[in-house]
Amino acid sequence: MSLAQALEIASATDPGMVRSHNEDSIASDADTGLLVLADGMGGYNAGEVASGIATTVLTTELQQLLVQKPPHTIEQASGKAVAERILREQIAKANTSIYQAAQSQPQYAGMGTTLVVALFYDNKMAVAHIGDSRLYRLRGEVFEQITKDHSLLQEQIDSGLITKEQASQSANKNLVTRALGIDPAVEAEIHEYNTRVGDIYLLCSDGLCDMVSDEDIGMALQTLGANLPLCAQHLVQTANDNGGRDNVSVILVRVQREYRAPRGVLARLFGWLR
Amino acid sequence: MAKLILSMDGLVLKEFTLTKERTTIGRKPHNDIQIDNLAVSGEHAVIVTILNDSFLEDLGSTNGTLVNGQPVKKHFLQNNDMVELGKYKLKYISEAPAQSKAADFEKTMVLRPGAIKVPTAAPAMHAAPAAAAPPAAAAAPAARAFPDTLPAAMGATTQQPAVRVPPPPPAAPQKTGALQILSGGNAGRELELTKPLTTLGKPGVQVAVITRRPQGYFITHVEGASLPVVNGKTLDAQAHPLHDHDVVELAGVKMEFFFKA
Repeated sequence: MSLAQALEIASATDPGMVRSHNEDSIASDADTGLLVLADGMGGYNAGEVASGIATTVLTTELQQLLVQKPPHTIEQASGKAVAERILREQIAKANTSIYQAAQSQPQYAGMGTTLVVALFYDNKMAVAHIGDSRLYRLRGEVFEQITKDHSLLQEQIDSGLITKEQASQSANKNLVTRALGIDPAVEAEIHEYNTRVGDIYLLCSDGLCDMVSDEDIGMALQTLGANLPLCAQHLVQTANDNGGRDNVSVILVRVQREYRAPRGVLARLFGWLR
Repeated sequence: MAKLILSMDGLVLKEFTLTKERTTIGRKPHNDIQIDNLAVSGEHAVIVTILNDSFLEDLGSTNGTLVNGQPVKKHFLQNNDMVELGKYKLKYISEAPAQSKAADFEKTMVLRPGAIKVPTAAPAMHAAPAAAAPPAAAAAPAARAFPDTLPAAMGATTQQPAVRVPPPPPAAPQKTGALQILSGGNAGRELELTKPLTTLGKPGVQVAVITRRPQGYFITHVEGASLPVVNGKTLDAQAHPLHDHDVVELAGVKMEFFFKA
């Protein structure tokens, strides 16, 4: 079942005002309801290589798997939807690919990438993330951050060492505690959320949220939500107006209508048999 | 590397570099920064440094610790903060990396678990018997030094200008724009454009947005079949800069854009 009718997607990516090249990589596919955003790091152009591998592996592999098996099917072994398992497995695969490339080629040594992936299915959304790339949600008037960064700063906030207000002044903004491709294995944080018609989701790299306050991002989504491409462009522009010190990438999705997976008697029967 | 400059009555006495994870300040000789004055407690305060951030904590001293004139229990030190213990002053200078290196420095890096050493429990216990020391995770070593939140530090830091926040774009102080409605039921009304985004029009029919940027004000079409008209010319989908006394026509309403004096 194609989700192209249910999801409107717009994206933008920009190297920013300071960096010469863009180490972010984004991919989206409305048909399968898959969105991937990766923010690479590592010397020379290795960051681009890492984020590029991440988006390529995840989109090609997941698109194939999603055709084979509907993501909402509940698996007996774990009691969870297929979506979560395939996300976990493919993220592990992307991690291995980046890690091996980094090991085998000296110019790629130490490269890695942060990642945020959203997969829409059956009026739900599975979100996987690693590092400080984020997913936000605008539902009605409420704009909130859904993912929690894997970063030193977030750990300091959690431990009560500093407040969120003080965090914006910290010099340790750029330290992530988890990344894809750095170690032989990495654990992605995966959660499932129910979606509602009218929700707008924003996937972004830290180039946006470091330069633009959450308040201004929320305001942009509220006022420009009717025109997603303009909204994406506006967010990138605001980050650049504020200094644009890092690559900026955004993917916006609006849920246009319900997209419940078809569940006939036969489909259910197949679900049991599998 | 951040440093502290110790002075009294405007006289610089000594300079200390914050190389250690915990730098203790007090009257007794075992302190890293010893201030031999009776107004200073034996174990007066401690500064915990994690990478580029330093946190000051008063260890229940008799006469207290001031930062920029405010008494604090715990404080997230900012560049040029003035710490006062009795008549002694400690100026906190955080040497930000040079501008040329800054871009490189800001690149995202991975912090492996164990990269930060957990401070040894012994001096913490000795210096601050009141501070409970639960086993902290490796990546949150300072949690034990600051077991609770920082209500006292809040007031002080908010008054301080955010030193490390990226400098605002180099734009001259911008004049505020405004719209005066020329036709329709609300003719004569004035709308100040202070927000970064202001939408105009009727949702579902025709909406345009005016964005406030360092370069000035811009109008962009958002939704609707017809496009906004500026000075009699229909716009395309691109953002259009607004000049003083431009006349905008939108959803049948005319309005004039102008800069407030």
